[in-house]
Amino acid sequence: MLDDFANQFLPSTVGGLVNGSIYALIALGYTMVYGVLRLINFAHSEIFMIGTFASLTVLLAIAPSAPFTGIALVGVLVLLIVVSAVVSGASAVVLEAVAYRPLRKRGATRLAALISAIGASLFLQELFALVVIDWLIDKPGRNQASAPRFVARDTVFEVGNVAVRLDQVIVVVAAVVVMVALDRLVNKTRIGRGIRATAQDPEAAVLMGVSIDNIVRVTFMLGGAMAGVAGALYVMEIENTGYMIGFVLGIKAFTAAVLGGIGNLRGALMGGVVLGLIENWGAIFLGSQWKDVIAFTVLVVVLMFRPTGILGESLQKARA
Amino acid sequence: MKGDEVTREQTPAKPRGLRAVGHGIDVARDWWEHAKIWQRYLVYIALVVGALILPAPAIGTFMSPGSDWTTVLVYPIGTYILLAVGLNVVVGQAGLLDLGFVAFFAIGGYSVAYYGTQYGWTYWATVAFGIILAAVSGVILGAPTLRLRGDYLAIVTLGFGEIVRITANNTDEIGGARGITGIPHPPPVFGMKFVLDPAPYYYLIVAAIVLVIIFSVRLQKSRVGRAWAAIREDEDAAELMGVPTFKFKLLAFAIGAMIGGLAGGIYAGKAVFIEPNTFPFILSATILAAVVLGGSGNLPGVILGAFLIGWLPERFREFADFRILVFGGVLVLMMALRPEGLLPSRRRKAELHEGTGGMGTMGAEVPGPDADVSTTEAAK
Repeated sequence: MLDDFANQFLPSTVGGLVNGSIYALIALGYTMVYGVLRLINFAHSEIFMIGTFASLTVLLAIAPSAPFTGIALVGVLVLLIVVSAVVSGASAVVLEAVAYRPLRKRGATRLAALISAIGASLFLQELFALVVIDWLIDKPGRNQASAPRFVARDTVFEVGNVAVRLDQVIVVVAAVVVMVALDRLVNKTRIGRGIRATAQDPEAAVLMGVSIDNIVRVTFMLGGAMAGVAGALYVMEIENTGYMIGFVLGIKAFTAAVLGGIGNLRGALMGGVVLGLIENWGAIFLGSQWKDVIAFTVLVVVLMFRPTGILGESLQKARA
Repeated sequence: MKGDEVTREQTPAKPRGLRAVGHGIDVARDWWEHAKIWQRYLVYIALVVGALILPAPAIGTFMSPGSDWTTVLVYPIGTYILLAVGLNVVVGQAGLLDLGFVAFFAIGGYSVAYYGTQYGWTYWATVAFGIILAAVSGVILGAPTLRLRGDYLAIVTLGFGEIVRITANNTDEIGGARGITGIPHPPPVFGMKFVLDPAPYYYLIVAAIVLVIIFSVRLQKSRVGRAWAAIREDEDAAELMGVPTFKFKLLAFAIGAMIGGLAGGIYAGKAVFIEPNTFPFILSATILAAVVLGGSGNLPGVILGAFLIGWLPERFREFADFRILVFGGVLVLMMALRPEGLLPSRRRKAELHEGTGGMGTMGAEVPGPDADVSTTEAAK
């Protein structure tokens, strides 16, 4: 058993970091929306799913020339990430306008908003399964759709005796770059200040001239774009997707957000990585079929001792 | 109900559209509040008689032309109602958000299946044991998590539901992914044999629903129910007034879980076969939707919600592929048009209006300057 652990520790760590980066990117959307609206945006997982299909569609169109290297690879990556981010961001804005804004205007409860979110989530899943997937890639919507490989699985460097592959490096680097950009945006720009002000005290923010509706829209757009980036990276790394793909990843990402301290951007990053690592390490002992159970058990244990997550809740505080 | 008078609103003069429906409900509720004992019992008897003749083929041909009506009445409708009444204790009465209620349904179902097939226990013993197991697991889940705030509780319960399902999937002792087949039917009661004919199961489930409703109403009117209402409206205030909030929240969890376990036991006795995928997250979401759609906290509303959510997809089987799509769309639409549910209780309605009642309102609910027009229009 311990031998197993020693042998598999490093590969699991690499895998955990890769998964964790994707969790963290999705978690950002949950955490931002929660920070501003105090709402679990249950349909966020579907925004991620839409992002994977945006990437897949583009990828299938340019697939014949795959795999790419050098400048072409960078170009394709940027293209996929941008397309997915735009599509997902736009979907998130539409989602907010249709499913949440009418409730917000009526001062509905968060429970009602959660039900609306669940409804929107089901609606989007089924819409893709029945219509959109067939239309986009000409395959039955309920099947898994596999993506062509466009990043060669070349070893970039070795840690100990473990090869770290190019695609894994890309996922982690891209995730970190995007997250740093978001962090700067929220902490340094005017719109970021608006987001933080709204999270802290919406009433005072209105009095100071912040347009809440705009802030909410921007928050959904940014969170959606992050999910889109995650979708692009997911398609590259896992090489398949499907209409149900969002569910498990969504729960994991939300768990990551809660683990790090919901409403806290850096907490989402930390929660994602911690979750990815613990899940993979635990799987060495128990087998990978217990991964999800490990993840949720860790969540319960952490919340018992730190009820507001590892880093605490604070979109409003300057750390955001 | 007593205590509701305090929160009564002025009835607007000439209600129209959806509000007119609400007005009709208010009239009915006023009548019910002042109804005599014999009038109330007449209504009870009428309801029970209605439930008993409901499986009649004449009703069935309209209600469910595509599939056997009595079967539909047992599952999904009856089972959903049972589950919804159970979840209503947790969500509606105590104001705790539970996204993993299906776990208790699964525990009830699996204990009937496992102890019935492996140890040959009699059906009723397995059901009772399933209820106890469900209550215990409710306490085990609740003890570490009920100190958490609403949203954390939501995700932890969701995780618990998945843990139970995945554990069942990975444990070969209880059939793993293949599930358990050959679950024994209940033994005959009053000469009614439980075999393939769905009618006896229907009567069994009606009996269970009636029992659970009485239990739930009695609880609501007791000290426990008042404690739950206090917790739901303001937990800190309740604690300060001497309500042991943690204990009562745990009790709500355990009682909700027991009802879920009972539903699972009855379901397993009818179904003969269960597998982990019988208990997906979507079922938790569906039951929660039923509770909120009907009017969380108000039993008639919850039952109506569960009935509609169980029945409508069966009624429109010809649109089989689009059922879930429509279901999702309807949920979004309903919450936009009538977020308090179809039949909210007065007290709940007032709570929701104030933004108390378990989860409070969303943040950033203050309309911006550009939104003034639409809100004033909505208020008219």
